[in-house]
Amino acid sequence: MSNLWPRIEPLLAQVAKPARYIGGELGSVEPACGPDRVAWLLLYPDIYEIGLPNQGLQILYEILNDRPDAWAERAYAPWTDMEAAMRASGVPLFSLETFRPAREFDVLAFNLSAELTFTNVVNLIDLAGVPVHSVARSEDDPLVVAGGHCAFNPEPLADFVDAFVLGDGEEVVGELTEAVATWRAGARRDRRGFLRALAGIEGVYVPSCYEARYEGGRLVAVVPAVEGVPERVTKRTVADLAQWPYPARQLVPLIEVVHDRLNVEVFRGCTRGCRFCQAGMITRPVRERPTWQVEQMVRRGLERTGYDEVALTSLSTADFSGIGDVVASIVGDPQCSGQVSVSLPSLRVDAFTVGLAADIQRVRRTGLTFAPEGGTWRMRQVINKLIREEDLYAAVDAAFSQGWRRIKLYFLVGLPTETDDDVLGIATLARRCVDIGRRYHRSVTVTASVGGFVPKPHTPFQWFGQDTAAELQRKVDLLKDATRGVRGLSLRWHDPEASVAEGIVSRGDRRVGAVVEHVWRAGGTFQEWSEHFDVRLWLDGLHAAGLDLYDAVHRQRDENEVLPWDHLSASLHRDFLWQDWQDALSQRVVEDCRWTPCYDCGACTGLGVEHVVASAVPPAGGSQGTGQDLSDGAVVPVRFVAPAPAGAGAIP
Amino acid sequence: MRLRIRFSKVGRVRFISHRDVARAWERALRRAQLPVVYTGGFSPRPQLAFGLALPTGCESVAEYLDVTVADPTSAGGGGPGEPGSYGTGPDGVGTTPSALVRTDPATLAACVNPSLPAGMAVLGAVVVPDGVGSLQEEVTSCTWEIEVPGVPPGALDEALGRAMAAAALPIKRERKGRVEDDDLRPSLLALSSITPHDAGSRFAAELATRPRGVRPAELARALGLVFGRVVRTGQWIERDGSRIEPLAAHVAEPAAAGSAL
Repeated sequence: MSNLWPRIEPLLAQVAKPARYIGGELGSVEPACGPDRVAWLLLYPDIYEIGLPNQGLQILYEILNDRPDAWAERAYAPWTDMEAAMRASGVPLFSLETFRPAREFDVLAFNLSAELTFTNVVNLIDLAGVPVHSVARSEDDPLVVAGGHCAFNPEPLADFVDAFVLGDGEEVVGELTEAVATWRAGARRDRRGFLRALAGIEGVYVPSCYEARYEGGRLVAVVPAVEGVPERVTKRTVADLAQWPYPARQLVPLIEVVHDRLNVEVFRGCTRGCRFCQAGMITRPVRERPTWQVEQMVRRGLERTGYDEVALTSLSTADFSGIGDVVASIVGDPQCSGQVSVSLPSLRVDAFTVGLAADIQRVRRTGLTFAPEGGTWRMRQVINKLIREEDLYAAVDAAFSQGWRRIKLYFLVGLPTETDDDVLGIATLARRCVDIGRRYHRSVTVTASVGGFVPKPHTPFQWFGQDTAAELQRKVDLLKDATRGVRGLSLRWHDPEASVAEGIVSRGDRRVGAVVEHVWRAGGTFQEWSEHFDVRLWLDGLHAAGLDLYDAVHRQRDENEVLPWDHLSASLHRDFLWQDWQDALSQRVVEDCRWTPCYDCGACTGLGVEHVVASAVPPAGGSQGTGQDLSDGAVVPVRFVAPAPAGAGAIP
Repeated sequence: MRLRIRFSKVGRVRFISHRDVARAWERALRRAQLPVVYTGGFSPRPQLAFGLALPTGCESVAEYLDVTVADPTSAGGGGPGEPGSYGTGPDGVGTTPSALVRTDPATLAACVNPSLPAGMAVLGAVVVPDGVGSLQEEVTSCTWEIEVPGVPPGALDEALGRAMAAAALPIKRERKGRVEDDDLRPSLLALSSITPHDAGSRFAAELATRPRGVRPAELARALGLVFGRVVRTGQWIERDGSRIEPLAAHVAEPAAAGSAL
């Protein structure tokens, strides 16, 4: 195999941030390359600084490199200057460990975290020198697979990706490796037969084995086109996170990246039931990591990496039932005292959480972020984000009184049933937070960050007709007027046109593949980046594909409409989602099912998995901060994680 | 106690910036459990002071930094939980043999090198006395070795001779968004070609750091040449007409440091 470094090196003098392309991070491996191993190239379709910290990619990197029958390397999307230099000098996409051409790997595996990166996926396949269309690939070409949250509606990429993996990847990468080894042993002949075999692996969706049918311009079915593939593909779920203490050798980059700190995942899944949140729906049930293992991963991780910051990651870290013990152990560790700061992303909004933050963030107490999402209690009932005004004000009061001076609030506009009063409620909340801050400090900053809501597959809002760009802009303008001249309050908003492009892809069917290809061919890469985003490319592409913007994005779907992902299952009952949608419309709420009886969403029963929690007692403050009665918390059907193995807690 | 460390930056790691080098050092020193002293206040930072920034893309065998570490021989120095120090070891005792070993210039390389990125390594270290000026204040010139691919030795000699003979070497440079005229000649102390090798012609340059530091890219423009590999081979402190290497600059005075404590 070839090493492209001598051809890459001269290009690096011409580009910004050349260190994006040199590898060499602490934790990166000297891969055990060999003809008897399946070669994986793990790809993130955005620049190095965004892609490197991705935990999913890092977990698979370690698992594969620990296997005797595989090795894995990494690549990220080269920025436009580097791509131009590479294309001009005929250098294809390469790996960062051994600088070999992407095309020489057996598997190209993409992480799909955001819809607007899809044009980069196509671009990277092309930059690898591999035909962009799955159907055009031969025995000389690698297998192209993709996973991650956006794989739950993979139809817009169905033409370009050979196989998708739904759900947790820890186990399935092994099964894929074995299947690829068999295929390779037969000189990669019979690609179609091989893909059909892949479709037999649980959680693997091979779009070419399915046919999409349309009537009157609407999708009516996606059904198996060949014998022996399942009618519905269900996601993979790792039952016990304790068996997967990864990443154990987190990558430490040589240049600054986002989330540049030690990251320790404390649980996967979320049962708060926020109706807009796709991550919370598709990752159920809750699986907590045992407290002792979290402590061990923090301690070992800090020692190994030299980081001075650790983030306890999850969809809602203050809900981790072992949070008190973990915090006490980090704060009590003499190695950590003083210089190590702890961050809790996805903070719950209540005073308990702020107390927690105060305990651990003794140094660098800069900013705290809360996500009320909706401006009024009515709105928050619709979206099931059950934060009462008094919870928010108590949290903000606690934060300002304990030394924080900057508060960031996340909101969505364009939510179902939203009125102008709901929108203006955002301004009222934010102004009130400034007033609270002024009681403690002369100068405070409250930033209200407003995103345009994009309905996502496998959520109760999947039937909702998304707001138009004009309507989103009108709502942003309402907020601009209502916050103008308020000292200490700063309003930020997401480009409404980017929400429209995201909406085209989010719930698109296979025909949207032509739109993605159109945008890519017109030069539309890096669409997540405002300097490169161009909504006209998307609208032109939609038009060229014979699709209608209203019909694709802004139209409300009815109960019986076939959705492009109906043949894929996140193990949530369609009935449950529909009922939850109806409940939303009539402001009925559901509580966190970790500590209350089951709503039968389908996740636990369908997967044969239960919520796994680290402690029998819910964390103080209660779930959702709603004063929910938790007295029977310990008797709900949860499984407790296994006790620490002998000596595990004693490892220094 | 202040340690002055000389280190290298060669190979692929030359593409990381000066700031990245500083962050790599912070992490490496924490991983090596050196009892680095932190600044106090709201946002504690380890007390590291680097010398002249090396332009991204250049290599060097003569980078320097000063690190303030807790004196391992003084009582309580580097103790756990004490403000301004990082933990010193699993036993939690400040004055441990291990802390002594780690801060000993003779063993520092062995402790720290495994924690540094590939291509960066400690080449030497000394304890400098209190009151010694910072690297930025002390260093007066840098020497470089520069490859000029594709230029015949004769043409190179001619270009170097012309530059040294010139009364002024005007260049334009951008400063705070404005283009200014500047003269490179006063900073140009010596230029001499080195025996040609298989990569083409090569020369050595000594460039003064005052009135301001000259970047190799500026020298390339002034000479009208395109540079290949550029290696900083030395940084120098001029004292009484002679050049002294920064680690050697204060060796005669360590007793003063001892008595000051």
